[in-house]
Amino acid sequence: MSHREPSELAREAGAKLREVLAAGPLNPKDRMAIPAQEMPVQDHVDRRGNMNEVALGYTPEQARLEAMRCLQCRNKPCVAGCPVAIDIPAFLKAVADGDPRAAIDIIRRNSLLPAVCGRVCPQESQCQEPCTVGKALKNVDKAVSIGRIERFAADMEAAAGTPDVPEVKPETGRRVAVIGSGPASITVAADVRREGHAVTVFEAFHKPGGVLLYGIPEFRLPKSIVEREIAALKAMGVVIRTNFVVGRTRKLSDLVSKDGFDAVFVGTGAGLPKFMGIPGENLVGVFSANEFLTRSNLMRAFDRARADTPICNCRKVAVLGGGNVAMDAARTAVRLGADEVHLVYRRTEAEMPARIEEVGHAKEEGVVFHTLVNAKRFLGDSYGCVRHMECLRYELGEPDNSGRRRPVEIPGSEFMMDLDTVIVAIGNESNPLIRQTTPGLGFNKWGNIVADDDGRTSLPNVFAGGDIVLGAATVILAMGQGRKAAQAINSMLAAAPKT
Amino acid sequence: MENSNTVLFRKELAPDVYQIRVHAPLIASERRPGQFVIVQVDSDFGERVPLTIADADPAEGSITLVVQAVGKTTHRLADIPVGEGIANLLGPLGTPTHIERFGRVVCVGGGIGVAPLHPIAKAMKEAGNHVTTIIGARNQSLLIFVEEMSRISDEVIICTDDGSAGRKALVTHPLKELCETAPKPDCVVAIGPPVMMKFCAETTRPYGVHTIVSLNTIMVDGTGMCGGCRVTVGNETKFVCVDGPEFDGHKVDFDNMMQRLGAYRKHEASAHEQCHLDMEASRLEERRRADGK
Ligand SMILES: Cc1cc2nc3c(=O)[nH]c(=O)nc-3n(C[C@H](O)[C@H](O)[C@H](O)COP(=O)(O)OP(=O)(O)OC[C@H]3O[C@@H](n4cnc5c(N)ncnc54)[C@H](O)[C@@H]3O)c2cc1C
Ligand SMILES: Cc1cc2nc3c(=O)[nH]c(=O)nc-3n(C[C@H](O)[C@H](O)[C@H](O)COP(=O)(O)OP(=O)(O)OC[C@H]3O[C@@H](n4cnc5c(N)ncnc54)[C@H](O)[C@@H]3O)c2cc1C
Ligand code: SF4
Ligand code: SF4
Ligand code: FES
Repeated sequence: MSHREPSELAREAGAKLREVLAAGPLNPKDRMAIPAQEMPVQDHVDRRGNMNEVALGYTPEQARLEAMRCLQCRNKPCVAGCPVAIDIPAFLKAVADGDPRAAIDIIRRNSLLPAVCGRVCPQESQCQEPCTVGKALKNVDKAVSIGRIERFAADMEAAAGTPDVPEVKPETGRRVAVIGSGPASITVAADVRREGHAVTVFEAFHKPGGVLLYGIPEFRLPKSIVEREIAALKAMGVVIRTNFVVGRTRKLSDLVSKDGFDAVFVGTGAGLPKFMGIPGENLVGVFSANEFLTRSNLMRAFDRARADTPICNCRKVAVLGGGNVAMDAARTAVRLGADEVHLVYRRTEAEMPARIEEVGHAKEEGVVFHTLVNAKRFLGDSYGCVRHMECLRYELGEPDNSGRRRPVEIPGSEFMMDLDTVIVAIGNESNPLIRQTTPGLGFNKWGNIVADDDGRTSLPNVFAGGDIVLGAATVILAMGQGRKAAQAINSMLAAAPKT
Repeated sequence: MENSNTVLFRKELAPDVYQIRVHAPLIASERRPGQFVIVQVDSDFGERVPLTIADADPAEGSITLVVQAVGKTTHRLADIPVGEGIANLLGPLGTPTHIERFGRVVCVGGGIGVAPLHPIAKAMKEAGNHVTTIIGARNQSLLIFVEEMSRISDEVIICTDDGSAGRKALVTHPLKELCETAPKPDCVVAIGPPVMMKFCAETTRPYGVHTIVSLNTIMVDGTGMCGGCRVTVGNETKFVCVDGPEFDGHKVDFDNMMQRLGAYRKHEASAHEQCHLDMEASRLEERRRADGK
């Protein structure tokens, strides 16, 4: 893909918008004729050397034009594709009319984190997948870019200054503990606090934000956005206690029985890295993506001059996996100055769970993709440092129960790759700490908390949501679960007056 | 109840070894022997380093750390004056030591390892064990916690590499003798530099004496989310911060662990050097200011 200068995109959009506005009311055919707006991005050579956000965001003209592509379908298929059912045509209309402020008010009715979700939602498999425009043009990439417009509206709001602090009802004297500070917890804290209940968030790390902070890199989600959301919580009076690991610093049951919390929400995420259990996995230079990304993001090891936390000096890197985590690790390695970054995935590109946009960006940045390949073992030198990876080639076999064609190994297809760093990004499970220290809390066989649609667990007054319930999922799903759990907590507290 | 992380007391026990008491009532009341904390001296750019809780006083709401200043973070921590706070303190972490009435327990502490050994030896004694403590150091000036250990042990054996105090021997010598004398120990707890723990485990192996070691791998979060602390124990991968820090010394792959500890040596050396340069510079600055007066 050739890089188009942001200034050029802006100029074109400006001219086009004037033309469209001059032509008068639009019919569906006119709307379909408006060119899909390309996202302005940082030059792919420049960005290999910095951590700044890659996607620069639409200009106001681009956002309006893109929103005008929406046909305002009466059956709103896009809304069904959004896990939190944002009224998409309504907010697109507001942007098309040049009123992003009205748009953000519509979005905020359903979503608390539009600046985040507009950036990181896998739109091509959610809201944009069923979009009529994309269907008509037989290309999901040509669907209305709902996420980008959502981001635009959120960024405009932020640029306009500090948003109003959401109204908080008079204090009820009830207290709610929220464990973890990822998107599920942020949502619960805000929604419960709004009703006037006192909320304390407990976070194990020294900074709140969950995966938004330690996992997703700056070049995809600027930390200032996460900090803004946290500041909004604090302004509402939510107390955030960092360096507090529930299960160790204090047990969950003590929060209820000794500390007097009326309800607890568990939003501890899926933070336990999976390894493959193959020979050589503990050699020096083999990392989990969690470790690699946490060092770079939370501990700021990317800023080698200032940070005390070291990060490997990787030259030839293999990243194992095909999800967002793998893309983030590979692209971070590029930015740390690696000469070669190879992404190794067991299935084909069509099955990669990563957002399409990130796959494209990774390729532009020079990440080499090896699909239908998997690691068999790692070999090290006399210092115990990884030097080679033996790989096996795969082919797609018969479809399994889920309809996906299973990769099967091709016997005798072994080959070697030379490298000095391996990053394992094959998934995360849930941390067993709460399980081990909270008798009576029900978990399934994958270690996730069992909760009903409203987040109720097997323990009274204990709710859960996000990745700890869903397994590694998405920001918007975590947020949606937080919303429901908060409603359930609020109605529970309203129904049982303080004794 | 909240941890203020204020330094209440600070004392140099031996060259570059500091005892620090910190106000942390939550940790003081929950911690058990064998557990550790993660400390960070600067929220934005500081490193998170693990340190064992050497003692705790729930009444005062304090925990005691014994820190050997080996690198940038530990130096800066040792420099925090009484009355000031540590930016971040997380704990207690790790699985507590399994304390039981074994019978005869030998506690072996090398260098700074005596500090983390102290709460374990104390708990072993309180559980009704006969406790023999072996303390080793390079020379007399590096011996720490001798008095504390003497108070809680039935017998204390001191070894130095140069013979400046106690026996001129490595800790493995008296350990071997104890294994050869009836009744032989029922349990050995060895904490110290990785090589020492490795050779203690090798010493007890032929006698089949159960040997617990406490591993000091590199850590990031200390809660099981990064896997940076992983070690190979009996051909299985374990996370030191949650599955440990204590393991069966006869099953630990010490060579792999020591290699992993060295992963960032180059970076650490330069950060350490820079830290010394900075400290030297501020000392010169102070002197100049004093001279100017
Ligand atoms: C690298 C990476 C990239 C991703 N990219 C995308 C993407 O592009 N789009 C998308 O939609 N999703 C993405 N995801 C997934 C998404 O981030 C998660 O689904 C989402 O963050 C889950 O939110 P959560 O609130 O359940 O928990 P988390 O965000 O995981 O937060 C949990 C928090 O709880 C804390 N915690 C855990 N245990 C305890 C305890 N015992 N006591 C106190 N605190 C505790 C943790 O420290 C953490 O801060 C990505 C994930 C990763 C790792
Ligand atoms: C569970 C646990 C408990 C510990 N308890 C104590 C304690 O009670 N008192 C104490 O002084 N130290 C203890 N340590 C070791 C301590 O964490 C390290 O000395 C510290 O991380 C060094 O940080 P630094 O920035 O000062 O030095 P760095 O610049 O990071 O390192 C300086 C030197 O120390 C070595 N080193 C780095 N990390 C470690 C490590 N984790 N363990 C051993 N050596 C390391 C390096 O190889 C290097 O030679 C413990 C470690 C663990 C894992
Ligand atoms: S929240 Fe996500 S899925 Fe919903 S409209 Fe926004 S980008 Fe689409
Ligand atoms: S499906 Fe597409 S075109 Fe139709 S209302 Fe939704 S965004 Fe607009
Ligand atoms: S320190 Fe990260 S998993 Fe143990």
